Amino acid sequence: MGDTRGGCCPPMDLFRSETMQLVQLIIPMESARLTVYYLGKLGLLQFKDLNSDKSPFQRTYAGQIKKCGEMARTLRFFKEQMLKAGVSPSAKSVEETEIDVDDLEVKLAELEAELTEMNANGEKLQRSYNELVEYKIVLRKAGDFFPSAQHSATARQREMELNQMVEESIETPLLQEQGTSTDLSKQVKLGFVTGLVSRGKSMAFERILFRATRGNVFLEQVPIEAPITDPVSGEKMEKNVFMVFYSGERAKNKILKICDAFGANRYPFAEDCGKQALMISEVSGKISELKSTIDAGLLHRDHLLRTISDQFEQWNLKVKKEKSIHHTLNMLSLDVTKKCLVAEAWSPVFATKQIQDVLQRASVDSNSQVGAIFQVLHTRESPPTYFRTNKFTSAFQEIVDAYGVAKYQEANPGVYTIVTFPFLFAVMFGDWGHGICLLLATLFFIIREKKLSSQKLGDITEMTFGGRYVIMMMSLFSIYTGFIYNECFSVAFDLFAPSAYACRDLSCRDAYSIGLIKVRDTYPFGVDPAWHGTRSELPFLNSLKMKMSILLGVAQMNLGILLSYSNATFFGNSLNIWFQFIPQMIFLNSLFGYLSLLIIVKWCTGSQADLYHIMIYMFLSPTDELGDNQLFPYQKTVQLVLLLLALVSVPWMLLPKPFLLKKRHENRHQGQSYTQVQGTDDALSEAKHDSHGHGHEEFEFSEVFVHQLIHTIEFVLGAVSNTASYLRLWALSLAHSQLSIVFYEKVLLLAWGYNNMVILVVGIIIFIFATVGVLLIMETLSAFLHALRLHWVEFQNKFYEGDGYKFYPFSFILIDDEDY
Amino acid sequence: MYGFEAMTFNIHGGYLEAIVRGHRAGLLTAADYNNLCQCETLDDMKMHLSATEYGPYLQNEPSPLHTTTIVEKCTLKLVDEYKHMLCQATEPLSTFLEYITYGHMIDNVVLIVTGTLHERDVQELLEKCHPLGMFDSIATLAVAQNMRELYRLVLVDTPLAPYFSECITSEDLDDMNIEIMRNTLYKAYLEDFYKFCQKLGGATAEIMSDLLAFEADRRAVNITINSIGTELTRDDRRKLYSNFGLLYPYGHEELAVCEDIDQVRGAMEKYPPYQSIFSKLSYGESQMLDKAFYEEEVKRLCLAFEQQFHYGVFFAYMRLREQEIRNLMWISECVAQNQKSRVHDSVVFIF
Repeated sequence: MGDTRGGCCPPMDLFRSETMQLVQLIIPMESARLTVYYLGKLGLLQFKDLNSDKSPFQRTYAGQIKKCGEMARTLRFFKEQMLKAGVSPSAKSVEETEIDVDDLEVKLAELEAELTEMNANGEKLQRSYNELVEYKIVLRKAGDFFPSAQHSATARQREMELNQMVEESIETPLLQEQGTSTDLSKQVKLGFVTGLVSRGKSMAFERILFRATRGNVFLEQVPIEAPITDPVSGEKMEKNVFMVFYSGERAKNKILKICDAFGANRYPFAEDCGKQALMISEVSGKISELKSTIDAGLLHRDHLLRTISDQFEQWNLKVKKEKSIHHTLNMLSLDVTKKCLVAEAWSPVFATKQIQDVLQRASVDSNSQVGAIFQVLHTRESPPTYFRTNKFTSAFQEIVDAYGVAKYQEANPGVYTIVTFPFLFAVMFGDWGHGICLLLATLFFIIREKKLSSQKLGDITEMTFGGRYVIMMMSLFSIYTGFIYNECFSVAFDLFAPSAYACRDLSCRDAYSIGLIKVRDTYPFGVDPAWHGTRSELPFLNSLKMKMSILLGVAQMNLGILLSYSNATFFGNSLNIWFQFIPQMIFLNSLFGYLSLLIIVKWCTGSQADLYHIMIYMFLSPTDELGDNQLFPYQKTVQLVLLLLALVSVPWMLLPKPFLLKKRHENRHQGQSYTQVQGTDDALSEAKHDSHGHGHEEFEFSEVFVHQLIHTIEFVLGAVSNTASYLRLWALSLAHSQLSIVFYEKVLLLAWGYNNMVILVVGIIIFIFATVGVLLIMETLSAFLHALRLHWVEFQNKFYEGDGYKFYPFSFILIDDEDY
Repeated sequence: MYGFEAMTFNIHGGYLEAIVRGHRAGLLTAADYNNLCQCETLDDMKMHLSATEYGPYLQNEPSPLHTTTIVEKCTLKLVDEYKHMLCQATEPLSTFLEYITYGHMIDNVVLIVTGTLHERDVQELLEKCHPLGMFDSIATLAVAQNMRELYRLVLVDTPLAPYFSECITSEDLDDMNIEIMRNTLYKAYLEDFYKFCQKLGGATAEIMSDLLAFEADRRAVNITINSIGTELTRDDRRKLYSNFGLLYPYGHEELAVCEDIDQVRGAMEKYPPYQSIFSKLSYGESQMLDKAFYEEEVKRLCLAFEQQFHYGVFFAYMRLREQEIRNLMWISECVAQNQKSRVHDSVVFIF
């Protein structure tokens, strides 16, 4: 396709995507890995999956991928451990020392084993440490509780005995009597269990204990103030110290089981005070001993992690690269002899030399006896679209790609977007004060570009950062349009010269521009500041901006149609030139091109003609006299001719193309059958080739016709509605300037008028927030979206197909971002 | 109001229905199963599963893998999804979702009680419990000696308490008793669930009653087959059947007196929906019955997704995922034990 281009026009490389070719590589098995590694470094080949029918584990290099997955898992494990220990991976060491993958695998496995062992030991120690800490707490709390409980218990017992002696009546419950009597006789057998239970479960614990023993327990719980670490789970939780008193063996078993079920840790406890003190001191000694052991262990572990962290990023990158290499290798098909791999890949034509060099180098470096074979395949398949962009143009290209990736070698609107997008934005955002604020913000990003691009940013910041050059262009253009509109935070300045107008007398103070007389030359650039604040400011600016919007719109749509011409010549499609481009040009320009002409004539002559009237009556009664609205001689005749041309161009767009296509198809079909009857080998092969080339031989006339009908209707209606759509330029610009006037006058000037420091400060703060929040952020966003729409819909629907697919080369630079 | 769910359903249920339908789209397809069945090792399976929704759950597992790890992780995913849905749900959907787990709760209770009866370690048993059927004091079940204690100590706090009213006896627990308890509980649970769905009304009632009826009938058949040749009397058997479903009440009368599998078959073939299940089996065979029932169930569960604005999708999704996990367990067992010829014996394709 690329070589059949017509020679009539310059190649316009800038807005065509790179010429691509499908290449076949035959790589000997022994140098395959190295070759793919070098190719990945080069990053200019998009491999085709030749094994798509095989599942991942049936492919040649499934084993290696599994290995890489295992290594990646180990690395994730290290990362998690480092995160827990608070060791951050060191900054990327760019220099890449060559480590063998197998060595790396062994090393990683060793390190992992070492680390897990250390963790296990540490955990064991930590566990016993936590247990001891818990034990100590139990000893303390229970130790506090015992004497006091005993004290109160004896007191109560005495009281009870007294009671019994005093009033032994029928009302005394029998059970209680029994209870006390057993208590008295078997006091020695009253056992108890002490331990810790988490506070959340303590209520249920108590309930179950009560139920299980039918209330024959005495439970005492003391909350511990600070949360402590649970030995089993290793998590911090709030706990209660509990003591359960029971009698009997069965109850004991039940209680023990319940304790287990609730994950309550039991600790032995001695009743004797002396023993308690002894135990406490013993436990404290053990704790400090363990503590030092644990600290030493942790230090050792930290050391290990630090050594890992030094090389972590490098290993990570290495593993990722290795995995991607094998993924790529898996896409290659194995030769019948199993000695070489066959790859098919898309590559840009300019890279041929580089690729061949790389192949050469790989075969030399891997001591392979046979070099890799590189050959170009011919195919009818549509190649991927590849634009070479830099950091400035890529954001603009992305704006276009977001709508649709360009068809292979179709005219790329991205080139024009670099200027038209910020410009249309600025028409809606014309205020040089706001423009400067925006410029400062984006300059901050651009100056710190290196630093910011290496770190992760938030979602919104990332987006802004990615579009920093777009925003820079937008702000520069809005400073420019701001000078034209003469607005800075809605205030007009006479920067370029004093205003051309002055008051005739004192009576013109009340903001009427009629009382002004011209005293100097016309204001050299933009709108004269004298308009600002007058009553006729709005009608004047509206008329100016509305007409300007139409001029810009018609210009951009014409550009779009011209691009469709360039596409048609490039792909050698003369039908599209004669029956699409030319009538479209005529239709648009005879109506709206004429309107633009009228606008310019009106501006130049200062005529008072009513353009609405002219346009409307050009359709309604084209033969009527124009009267006052005549702008130039023979205007009526010109209008009649234009109207006729517009009317003619509609069927011109609609009818010939489908019929010509049908005829062309029939011709081709006849020719084919004719040659087949001849039966020569030559003709047969040609016919075969032909039918192969135009795979969609089925020609459905009705379908083509309906398609053309839709296109025609869309264009005719679109010419009107798209032109109207460009009026959004005026509307948003108006909204922006009015909003900023409101904030300026109703907030800042109002606050100023009070002559009060506090009110002034509050007013300034509100003004700043309103300006930043509403005008700089929200208005920017809305103007951005409207500019986007004007490009995607009004501009690109004139020529852009956008049904291509992107060139996605196998490259190590790209794998860095993705995680797989 | 039947037929008018569309007006109000999405106010509370729309988000979750979208979620559950999204989850359903992540179920393994027949192509996935075909690939999985060709795996040589468990690592192959892991590699294949890592491309599915199970990926994040399996990626940090060191090899060599075990079947239990795969099943555990897959279940974990289901549990995570369930918990997420439960967190987002409002009444009555949250109650509906909770009902789904009661079956697992009953199984867990039975598992623990049987385990303790055979002197197994409680912690070990707890690990075997289905995570969906866990409740706070489940470990305490080990303390109980008989049904009455079981109820009074532990289950009175759980949602299962009302189902216990029929089986409180002071008998000591033994295998037979426990099995009867399980079935009585299940019966009460299914009936309660059925009633609840009827109360919800609308499409939910219609679809759920169909699904639950199938479940009840399947249980009835299983109870009959399992009790053939045991000392369970006819009346006792009759008592274990749920009081709804296609077989209720006449089919139950017939099933209650069945003495062998062919009589069961005779009783069941009178019901057209079950005729197709039994017609696949040869006479005297009961091995493949489970699979046949599972296949029929999966078919019905998939149909539940055809209609919108009802809660049946949640039930269906949970069941389908469980079936999928069963499939994965079977496949991975076959792969691990090199019995690949038997892979297709028990796998039920979902799509």
